[in-house]
Amino acid sequence: MIATVANWCLLALALSAGLCVVRLLRGPSVPDRALALDTLAVNLIGIIGILCIRDNTVVYFDAVLVIAVLGFVSTVAVAKYLLKGDIID
Amino acid sequence: MTEWLIVVLLIVGTAFMVTSSVGLVRLPDFYMRMHGPAKAATLGVICVLLAGVVYFTFEQDYFSIREVLAIAFIFITAPVGAHMLTKAARHIGVKFHDQTRIEK
Repeated sequence: MIATVANWCLLALALSAGLCVVRLLRGPSVPDRALALDTLAVNLIGIIGILCIRDNTVVYFDAVLVIAVLGFVSTVAVAKYLLKGDIID
Repeated sequence: MTEWLIVVLLIVGTAFMVTSSVGLVRLPDFYMRMHGPAKAATLGVICVLLAGVVYFTFEQDYFSIREVLAIAFIFITAPVGAHMLTKAARHIGVKFHDQTRIEK
């Protein structure tokens, strides 16, 4: 039962990531695109978490941590660039 | 019993994440669109990762501290990122929706 539910949840999360790509391509302003990329990273974390359950393996957890850190750092870097004009001052 | 808990956590988390993405596409204003990913997507991904923790702890007898660490990291950093992004949008003057009233 878990495998069936995991497959349907993977399908739904792929749809959700597609909606994020729609906002990424259409977004009228730069913060919109940064927000869409951040949400895409969160969706990817969910997809990898479900893949761990479905494939019954724990080797993907490191990828979850790396994507979480990269998503946060890139969002903060874009926000700092928009606020001050440079990232490290 | 544990199986039902895992299934419910997976379905609830996925429902929250799909709702947040629909809001990201359909809401009319950047400041409204901020609500979906900042709150609903965070709750959804925490539910999904919690389902993984429950599955590997009770079904496979393997407690993974890395997934708990991922939950804590997302729980701490999601509001910080959302706040900084909104501050940047306010700074470069992203337009509000027409019917938004701002108290001066």
